[in-house]
Amino acid sequence: MMTVKVNGQDHQVDAEPDTPLLYVLRDDLKLNAAKFGCGLGQCGSCTVIIDGKAVLSCVTPMVLLDGKQVTTLEGLGTASQPAPIQRAFMEEQAAQCGYCIAGMMMRAQALLQRNSKPTDEQIRAELAPHLCRCGTHMRILRAVHRAARLMDTAELVPADKRSAQ
Amino acid sequence: MKKKTIIGGALVVLLLGGAAAAFAVAWRSAIAAIDPFKPQSFDAALVKRGRELAAIGNCNDCHTVRGGKNFAGGLPVPTPFGTIYSSNITPDAETGIGRWPEAAFQRAMRVGVDREGRHLYPTFPYDHFTNVSDEDDRALYAYLMTREPVHAPARANRLSFPFDQRVVVAGWKLLFLHRDTYKPDPAKSAEWNRGAYLVEGLAHCGACHTPRNVLGAERATAAFAGGDVDNWKAYAINAQSPSPVPWDADALYAYLREGFHPDHGTARGPMAEVVSNLSSVSVGDVRAISIYVADVFGAPSPDRKRQGEAALAQAKSGAAAPAKDLPGAAIYAAACAGCHESDRPAPYGGIHLGLSTTISGPDPRNLANIVLAGVRPVEGERSPIMPGFAASMSDAQIAALLNYLRSRFSSQPAWSDVENIVAEARRTQTAYLETSAGARNVPADPPQRDKP
Amino acid sequence: MNASVILDRRRLLAGSGALIVSFSLTNAFAQDQSPPAAPPAPKPPGSLATSPYLDSWIRIDADGGITVYTGKAELGQGFKTAFQQIAAEELDVPFTSLKVVTADTKLTANEGYTSGSHSMQDSGTAIQNAAAQARAILVEEAAKRLDLPAENLRTENGAVIAPDGRKLSYGELVAADRLHVQAQPSSKLKDPAAFKVMGQSIPRVDIPAKVTGGVAYVQDLRLPGMVHARVVRPPSYGAQLVDCDAAAVEKLPGVVKVVRDGNFLAVVAKGEFQAVKAMQALSAAAKWKENAQLPKQDDLPSLLTTTLASKDSVIFERSNPSASSRKTIEATYTRPYQAHGSIGPSCAVAQFTDGAMTVWSHTQGVYPDRAAIAEMLRVPPASVRVMHVEGSGCYGHNGADDAAADAALIARALPGVPVRVQWSREQEHAWEPFGPAMVTKLKASIGDDGKIADWNFEVWSNTHSMRPGGAGCLLAAQHMAQPFAVPAARPLPLPEGGGDRNAIPIYTFPNAHVVHHFLPDMPIRISAMRALGAYHNVFSIESFMDELADLAGADPVEFRLKHLDDPRGRDVIAKAAEGFGWKKGQKVPQDRGFGFAFARYKNLAAYCAIASEVEVNRETGRARLVRAVAAVDSGQVVNPDGLTNQIEGAIMQSTSWTLYERVTFDESRITSVDWQTYPILRFDAVPEKIEVHIINQPGKPFLGSGETGQGPAAASLANAIANATGKRLRNLPLTRKRIKDAIDA
Repeated sequence: MMTVKVNGQDHQVDAEPDTPLLYVLRDDLKLNAAKFGCGLGQCGSCTVIIDGKAVLSCVTPMVLLDGKQVTTLEGLGTASQPAPIQRAFMEEQAAQCGYCIAGMMMRAQALLQRNSKPTDEQIRAELAPHLCRCGTHMRILRAVHRAARLMDTAELVPADKRSAQ
Repeated sequence: MKKKTIIGGALVVLLLGGAAAAFAVAWRSAIAAIDPFKPQSFDAALVKRGRELAAIGNCNDCHTVRGGKNFAGGLPVPTPFGTIYSSNITPDAETGIGRWPEAAFQRAMRVGVDREGRHLYPTFPYDHFTNVSDEDDRALYAYLMTREPVHAPARANRLSFPFDQRVVVAGWKLLFLHRDTYKPDPAKSAEWNRGAYLVEGLAHCGACHTPRNVLGAERATAAFAGGDVDNWKAYAINAQSPSPVPWDADALYAYLREGFHPDHGTARGPMAEVVSNLSSVSVGDVRAISIYVADVFGAPSPDRKRQGEAALAQAKSGAAAPAKDLPGAAIYAAACAGCHESDRPAPYGGIHLGLSTTISGPDPRNLANIVLAGVRPVEGERSPIMPGFAASMSDAQIAALLNYLRSRFSSQPAWSDVENIVAEARRTQTAYLETSAGARNVPADPPQRDKP
Repeated sequence: MNASVILDRRRLLAGSGALIVSFSLTNAFAQDQSPPAAPPAPKPPGSLATSPYLDSWIRIDADGGITVYTGKAELGQGFKTAFQQIAAEELDVPFTSLKVVTADTKLTANEGYTSGSHSMQDSGTAIQNAAAQARAILVEEAAKRLDLPAENLRTENGAVIAPDGRKLSYGELVAADRLHVQAQPSSKLKDPAAFKVMGQSIPRVDIPAKVTGGVAYVQDLRLPGMVHARVVRPPSYGAQLVDCDAAAVEKLPGVVKVVRDGNFLAVVAKGEFQAVKAMQALSAAAKWKENAQLPKQDDLPSLLTTTLASKDSVIFERSNPSASSRKTIEATYTRPYQAHGSIGPSCAVAQFTDGAMTVWSHTQGVYPDRAAIAEMLRVPPASVRVMHVEGSGCYGHNGADDAAADAALIARALPGVPVRVQWSREQEHAWEPFGPAMVTKLKASIGDDGKIADWNFEVWSNTHSMRPGGAGCLLAAQHMAQPFAVPAARPLPLPEGGGDRNAIPIYTFPNAHVVHHFLPDMPIRISAMRALGAYHNVFSIESFMDELADLAGADPVEFRLKHLDDPRGRDVIAKAAEGFGWKKGQKVPQDRGFGFAFARYKNLAAYCAIASEVEVNRETGRARLVRAVAAVDSGQVVNPDGLTNQIEGAIMQSTSWTLYERVTFDESRITSVDWQTYPILRFDAVPEKIEVHIINQPGKPFLGSGETGQGPAAASLANAIANATGKRLRNLPLTRKRIKDAIDA
């Protein structure tokens, strides 16, 4: 049995230390956002955030997670109370099949958390590990820029007035 | 480098520089500027030859920066004396070498002086280029003068006093610029000699692979004994080579041409660009380089040969080595073994780590670099991809992994100070990845590579 | 074919007081009555005509809840939303008051495959007309009850309203009666000027779940007691499993069963990662005898044009001997095998309970897949139900159908247990049926008037569909101990075509001769990939048009207009050129090139013109798309943003195909098995700008636009590269190395 902290909650999972985090998230914790795209660290669909950094969960075995905090897309917001990154992607309609999108959003979220005003070039460089086969790239870029703007204005809202995350 | 030695060295240089200045500076006159050529005035065959020589010389590696135009300079090269930026060698009239006559170009290559008579810092390895023949200089000149001119003013070097005074370089040259370091050896084959000419000259392998003294010059008595570049270690390529399997001419040829060899691994870091360039060079020249460098390695002793064969046998058999009870063992098994113990052949499968030079090398710097950043795909090319673990592993976890790999996959003594080296690698690796233009011709199976 | 299904639905709906509007072929009645030579009754539009027994399209419950049924699948194109818009518009109800049920062999009409850009034309049209006719029926019913003329009534918000304000909700109107009505051949459709939701960029109904971690894909299905299966595929086509000692694998943690049926080998485990490890162990334990002999990868063009036997047909002929030819050029264009490369490898869930097999799959065709699976299992089709659940974008016939078959075969071995099969990345890359390699040879002449006098076009290609129909199209069925043979390949008939899709030029030439060399032998597994033959045929035609324009000394846009009569095509060309800023005799910046291309997909569906600006690095040969401007005419636009999304995506996808993509193989195996070995476009190649200009045609029929951009995008790129470098490249992909070699030559 291993303990892993996901989206602020501790979970006991019956997983071997060499189990990639992706399978634990999807099969043990029933979380949908992080996706199986290749299992080889080549496509980015499995991206989550660990201690503030974007990570490919399909090549991150459980043995590495001791004491770390995992955040998935589900931990950022919900359909009724979306986080800025989720709002931005909805407003830009930045998806076709949508399979790659959760991974893109987590990478973008990690970027925006450490650099709130990234240039277009920086966003493109940051998303280099991510593949999108439908060709939604232009919208994804627009959505990340939009999220940066939304997060910027969100900063202006006093903490006590912000909706609970 | 310790600060004391730098200051000590600086004083020496200053003294010498003062003396030399009287001779050197007065002696270096400017060469009159010419009107920028039109591309048609060069023979097409000469330009083609120059292109190949520029690939051997790896010119674009220093003179092209990520996001910048070809040969327009601007790459920051960190040295113990500060940062030097590569210059614009496009034929732009104002900011490049568009007004340089051939004689000026040749002088720069021969003795490291620009058209106006100023000394060039030896970061531009004219201590090697001094060996380049007149004919080859002519071809290189023809090639460079037919590139697209780019208006890109030089970035100011960031050197502390007294190194920012170019007169200091005159002293350095007095000590360390030797003419005719390369001499043909009649006892050796034509191919060997060709290789020697290229390696000691244009290919300037020693510039990375030879250790430098306190004044930043290659140590002549330690030729090819290993050096540092851009926070990577360029391994010894002489008898002190740490590779588990000894190199021979065939393996070198394949590695330089294809960018990888199944018994040795894949060219990464700054070497990736070298092999990328060499893939477009004639078969004959790459073979010549391989023959010469194989001789530099020297024939392996019977002991070394045996060790090499054992390492290969272990890798091919796939038999699990006795599990070491170290914290890194679980990390290796979970994060690495999946690719590095699969039977997928190189370059797309991970090399068996018992064959990896980086694990047997003198320090863990290269290994830390790779584990942190992985191997990135090249645009549109079939190329190896390895995920980086910077975000998912802490310094302590990577250190544990590196110590385990050292213990399991090499017979060398344990490294020291591994966690600090990992932390330092994490900090400086990013800079390199952000500025280097990156290799284009990537490690790939033979049919997928460029033809010369 | 579907009689039993209809009965199920009727039973299901009996007594629920629902209005079901369903349709049957009027022809059936004509036959029974042996009438005098009356002309056949006109068919109702879209899918209303082609499916003999159509299920209900619209259902309204007593509480007013409305469900729309479509036999098409949501592939990520936004169809669910578009169909919801169409139905809401014609029924005059708020957008959010309906829901859409997609392809399900138990619930929806058989609309074949969601492919060929037919969904709007077939299903959209059917839904539009069905909704309009349903509304008319409701108004009629209200008129009866209110004792008012129907023309005086109006509908709004799900109710019929009288001038004096009396209101009857749709739910109330259907309560009394259950109506069973045939479709009329024509409907009174709403005036586009009055549209409230159609033509609006309504946000897609599926996106919220996708950006918040909701259940959205077949990969997200979790059924109680579900187990995880992994298939061990052979190393190459036709390999035989000679030995497999599975004893050790059966003892691995979590393993439930090893399934072996001839060359079909799979392992089932309780946990997913346990299944992955068991698969690796089983793969190591399996010994195969390989038989495949694949062609030489670099020899494909001569394989196609010389070695393989072909069935040749002239598909277009036009003759005008008076047209004079002054200058003639010819060119050959080639395309390699290319992969769908779906980002999410194929996945399916199946459960076999009490003799009934249920399969959840992202197949494009639930009915054909059902038929094939039933045939494979040697059971009646009625005992199999296939439901579409979204997968990642498939772009045609990828591994989805095979994964569904795998799941069904394994589920049969574990009755009562839901079985989930997930393909690996390597399996998806190696075993999906690819887009076929193609060769085109063109030859044309310019006359004294500077126009094309003579046009010759030949195309060599396999079929572009090996979709089930026929169990033999499924890998599991091919590999079983009692296998099914791969059915004989057949060409897709014109006017749509397969390898000859868009082979017939849309331009008017006095002399034209178009030949389709159909190649039945398929040394490499192939099937339908987005745009089918149109990608390469349009690439060839539009590249060659530029070569001819160059020969004639003409501007590429002007040259095309000279030969094009179709006014909508002309408008699209003009729009794209204008949006780009295309000017005759324009000056192109250093190292850049401008290119233009145009096509009407299948000469029947949407029109698309694309102008591109490309930058070529002369040292490295690297081509970069800087910006693209597209114009599209897709008839009546339902969701402008959805359409824009499709065209942007088409340009990005085609750029990737055109600059990078090629399936690789050695003498026996496919060697492009992951993203290392089959690189596709990444963010470092994304252009600065893509603009899409839509020419809306209110009231005109819907034209399929999911595949209209790929061909023009490819040719536009090629033309821009030729403009930048002065060198013409004709062999796809237009790699950096090929461009560099052309520049250096």
